[in-house]
This record gives sequence, C-alpha cells and structure tokens, in this order.
Amino acid sequence: MTAVATPKFEAANERKKSRRGFFLALPAYVYLSLFFALPLLSVVVYSFAKRTSTGGVALEEWNIDSYTKLGEPIVRDILLRSFTLAIITTVICLVLAYPFSYFLATRKASTRNIMLVFVMIPFWSNFLVRNYAWRVLLGNDGPVSRVTEGVGLGETTILFTPTAIVLGLVYGFLPFMILPLYAAVERMDWSLIEASRDLGATGMQTFRKITFPLSLPGVIAGSILVFIPSLGAYVTPQILGGGKKTMLGSYIVTQFLTARNWPVGAAVSTVLMVVMLGATMLYFRKGGRTL
Amino acid sequence: MGEEMHDQAGGPMTAAVDIQGVTKRFGDVVAVDNVDLEIADGEFFAMLGPSGCGKTTTLRMIAGLEFPTEGSLKIFGEEVGTLPPNLRPVNTVFQNYALFPHMNVLDNVSFGLRMQGKDKRESAHAAQEMLELVQLGGMAKRKPDQLSGGQQQRVALARALVNKPKVLLLDEPLGALDLKLRQDMQNELKSLQRELGVSFVFVTHDQEEALTMSDRIAVMHDGKLLQVGTAEELYDQPVNRFVADFIGQTNLIDATVFDADMIVLANGTKIRAPNPYPAGDKVAMSLRPESISIGHVDEVPEEFRATSLTGTVSDVIYLGHSHVYTVNVDWMPLEVRTNATPTSIKHEPGSEVAIWWDRRSDWVVPDEGHGA
Repeated sequence: MTAVATPKFEAANERKKSRRGFFLALPAYVYLSLFFALPLLSVVVYSFAKRTSTGGVALEEWNIDSYTKLGEPIVRDILLRSFTLAIITTVICLVLAYPFSYFLATRKASTRNIMLVFVMIPFWSNFLVRNYAWRVLLGNDGPVSRVTEGVGLGETTILFTPTAIVLGLVYGFLPFMILPLYAAVERMDWSLIEASRDLGATGMQTFRKITFPLSLPGVIAGSILVFIPSLGAYVTPQILGGGKKTMLGSYIVTQFLTARNWPVGAAVSTVLMVVMLGATMLYFRKGGRTL
Repeated sequence: MGEEMHDQAGGPMTAAVDIQGVTKRFGDVVAVDNVDLEIADGEFFAMLGPSGCGKTTTLRMIAGLEFPTEGSLKIFGEEVGTLPPNLRPVNTVFQNYALFPHMNVLDNVSFGLRMQGKDKRESAHAAQEMLELVQLGGMAKRKPDQLSGGQQQRVALARALVNKPKVLLLDEPLGALDLKLRQDMQNELKSLQRELGVSFVFVTHDQEEALTMSDRIAVMHDGKLLQVGTAEELYDQPVNRFVADFIGQTNLIDATVFDADMIVLANGTKIRAPNPYPAGDKVAMSLRPESISIGHVDEVPEEFRATSLTGTVSDVIYLGHSHVYTVNVDWMPLEVRTNATPTSIKHEPGSEVAIWWDRRSDWVVPDEGHGA
C-alpha cells in the first residue's frame, strides 16, 4: 500500500479525537449544567424579577430595584460589616498561618505529616458542634470567663460581639489558609534563598524580596479560601454573634425565608458571586496557575 | 597536602582561600574529612571527584552555606568559618543557576548591588555593563524562563560577578549544558577569569573539564583530599590508584616491589619501574594506554626489553585517528592505544604481540585507594 497521509485525513483524525474527549466529559457537563449552572442562572434571573404582593416572584416587569435597595443604609451597613469582618479574619489567618506553614515546610517529611494531621483534626467533628463549643467556652459562666474573673480581669463579655464572630471564623477557616500556604512554601526552590543570601541579602531582605513574592500564589489562594466563606458565613455569626448584628449570610436567609423578598435575596447572592469571581480572577492573574 | 603554593611574583602572598583541618559532619556521615587546602589569588582552581566525594560541601563551606564542624577557613587571611554568606566576599554560581523566577534578567543581576544598598540607577547601570560582558546586553527585560540554558548560565555568572567577589565559586555550572555549548562556555569562563584576575573555584565531576580549564586541581574521594596539583602532575604522577584511575584512562597492574628499580608482576615478570617503596610492598603500576607501543613478538627494540610484555590481541576498535587494542597478557587485559596512520599495521584479534613502553612513562603507586 502507498502512503495515504493527507492534510484532510489528519484534520478528520483531530476532529475524531476532540469528539471522543467531548463524550468522555458529557456526563459531567450534563450534571453541572442541571444542578449548578441552571440554579445559578435562576438566582441571577430572580434578582431582576418582580416581587408579588403575596411574597412570590413574578417573572415579568424586569427591574433593578433589588440592586438599588442594596444602597439603602441598612443593607450598606450589613455589606460593610461583612466585608470588614471577612478582611480582618483573612488578615489574622494569614499572620497566624504564614509562620506556621513556613515552620511546617522546613520540617522533615515524617514530622510534617503528623503536624498536617493535627491541622485537619478539627474537621473530624461537625462545624455546628464546634461553634456551639465556642459559645460554651465564651459564655458568661464559661471557663474563659472564670479564668479572667479569677485573675481579676472581670467577666469576659465577648460572646455575641463582632470579636466573637472573628474568633469563630478564624478558628473555622485557619486550615484553609495553612494548606495552600504550606504547599507554596514547601514547593519553593531553596537554592533561591541560598542564592539571595550568597548575593548579600540578610534573612529579612531575603524574605521580603524572594520568599514572600514566591509564595504569593499560596497567600492569594489561602486568602480567597478564607475570605469568601467568611463573607457569606451564616452559622458562626448566628451562633457566636447571636444574630444581633446581621451579616450578609443572615440577611440573605432573612430575605428568602422571613421577608419573602426573593429578588433582594437573589441580588445580594449575585453580588457575592461577582466578588468571588473577581477574587478568583485576581488569583489566576497572579500566577495561580502554577499551584 | 603539603603542596607549595604557586606564586608567580615570587614574594610571600596571602591565599585567597586557606582551609586548614576542616571537617564537616552531617549526623554520622563525614562529608569532608580533615581537609587542608590553599587556593591562590587569581587562580583557576578545580575540585574534582565523583559525586558524594565532598567537593560541593567544601565549596558550600567557602560560600558560607554550610559551616565547618571543625577547622579553620580563611578568605584573604580573615577567618570566616562561621560568618553567614551575606557577609563573605565571595559569590556563587549555582548548579541549577538559581535565578529568581519572578524578576527579569536585569533585576536578577542587580540584586546583589541593591542588597548592599547601592542606588537603583547605579546598580542597573553596573548590571547592564556586566550583561554586555557576557553578551546578553539585549536580554535585560526578559524573565529567566524565556532564556535558553546557556543564556541562564551567563546570567548566573553575571549576577555573581557584578558584585566584584574576591573569589568566585562555581558548582558544576556547565553540568546542564549540552556538549558543544559546554566546550564554548569552558573557553569563555577561562578567558573571563584571565580578564578579571579573580580566583575561580570550580567544582566538577568531569575530569576532562577540570584538566582543560584549571591551573590546579584538587582530587577528592570519600571526603578526603587525595592530591592537589597541575593537570600534568595529576596525570603523570598520581599519588594512588584512585587518582591514577580517575584522571584519564589507565591500566593498573598489580605488582610487588623488588628493589628501587624493579617490580615483579603477578606472573613473575620483572619490570623496570623506578619507585621509592621498600622491597616486598604491594604496589600498582599505572600505564597509560597511549604510552604503550605494540608490535610483533620479535620487534621489541633493545632499549625497551626491560619494559615489555607479550600477549594476545582479543579485540581491536578502530576510532579513525587511533586503534584501541585489548591485549591479554597472562593474567589480565590491558588497553593499548596507537595512532592509526596509513602505514601502521593493524593487529587482528588472536595474533600474538609484544607490547613495550618507555620506563619513564610507567608510574608506581601504593596499593591503596581502591574503587572509583
């Protein structure tokens, strides 16, 4: 037989290959479209819909009233408070997690694994239960309060304050900061640090110019993983904040279940999603691909 | 090892690097074992040995990336044994180059100057000049991963040299380059070193590279410094079996000392081989393949009678410029390399031959330092 390779044959073969890839991915496509993309889209659609007088949603008379409502002082305060607490939580997590991750990444493999297990252990019990445990710890006659009273600092009254919320959020999300940071530092080429020292940089200069910039993908990934759930947190503000100061999560729940104003609930959810999308894009811009 | 320093000027001079009794242990492992070494100012010095011999650890101790367990390490007379790397007047070209991936080439090269507090414009200017010197003037704005291996190597070189180190340390800098590029870089490094007059301390496991480039070579094995000398000294007068075997190719023939002039080989043949060892000592004779002549059994010239053997050709390989014979003498195979000229006779496998050599080209080493 003679050679039959032609550009046409090659192109057809390429098409066949890409079709095969499509069929392999089809079940996942269908699943994601039905149970992820579609509900997400309906949230966005609802945010532009009209609320009926009975608390239902009418898919007509499209408007942006729900979004203008976000500018009202009450909602604006909630947004501001949620963002502030989420940022504080993220910064505290970063400051706590970075030195720990660095320490972890410089241990020998066996020590690392044991310590990573310790980081994971809290996940073995229910998130709700852990939040209630904090409530007991911080309560009026809880152990923390008894200690501060015992040493003459008076009663501990941080339960049901923003401080308690941040405490709970940091406690809940710290592992999400540690893991990507650890991965970033652990993967770093240590000869770069040696090169920096060799070129006359002090330890501190080396950290500022080499170590930290190179671990930036981990810093950003960890920050996103902490910031996003903190921003939309519902359980922790509800239990440790006592629901007194409403945060975004509580507000969305209220709009859907109590106020029966689905369009506003949907609008707040949409804003949250846009923020998350922005953060994720920032991450990929900053070289997150390599993670 | 008692090697006198080369001193072209003739006057007393301070060694660029002076290592005395330095030992480095990692846990139970002795990486560097009681090494004494002096490296002169302006010298191209190679540290040669197989992997794990301690050459890189020695280099890292000079750089300050490891601290000696024991001993004294001076750079231009100043004790630096426990000084951190940023306070030493040396710079290193790392094996994988260790270029900072998040900085462009210019920022990489100016990094050292910036860390010393030099102002930004001045540093950039000096860095650009150094890049011109290594012929990468046009690459300043590129990121390291946009450069070829050879270019990255030059950037690493520029990044170290721009700080005007008193000693430049190079850790297998050419190991990752392909053969052609490696040979070009060897020449370039050598001429750069001549131009700058700075001591280069060069770690390599490639004996040919060490021979080509260096003024002097230190051969290390198992953490010990075996011999320091010029390429010729190491090649012609190795101190033991290991050095003889590691530098170039050689036939090592076990023997016993008969007297100051003669040794006895395994089959009882007496061979003329001047040596300083007491009679009865176990020794080995190192005989380079290219210093052996080969011919018919009755062809041995009169003056070489005392330095000849007979054997059978078992194999011959034609390399264009030479024939490589494997000649089986009674008890072992020997390698013989002859120039292939149009008139030279090729000895076929199976033919009986005589081999002989000049008595100045054999060299007797003590029977120690086995292995390679």
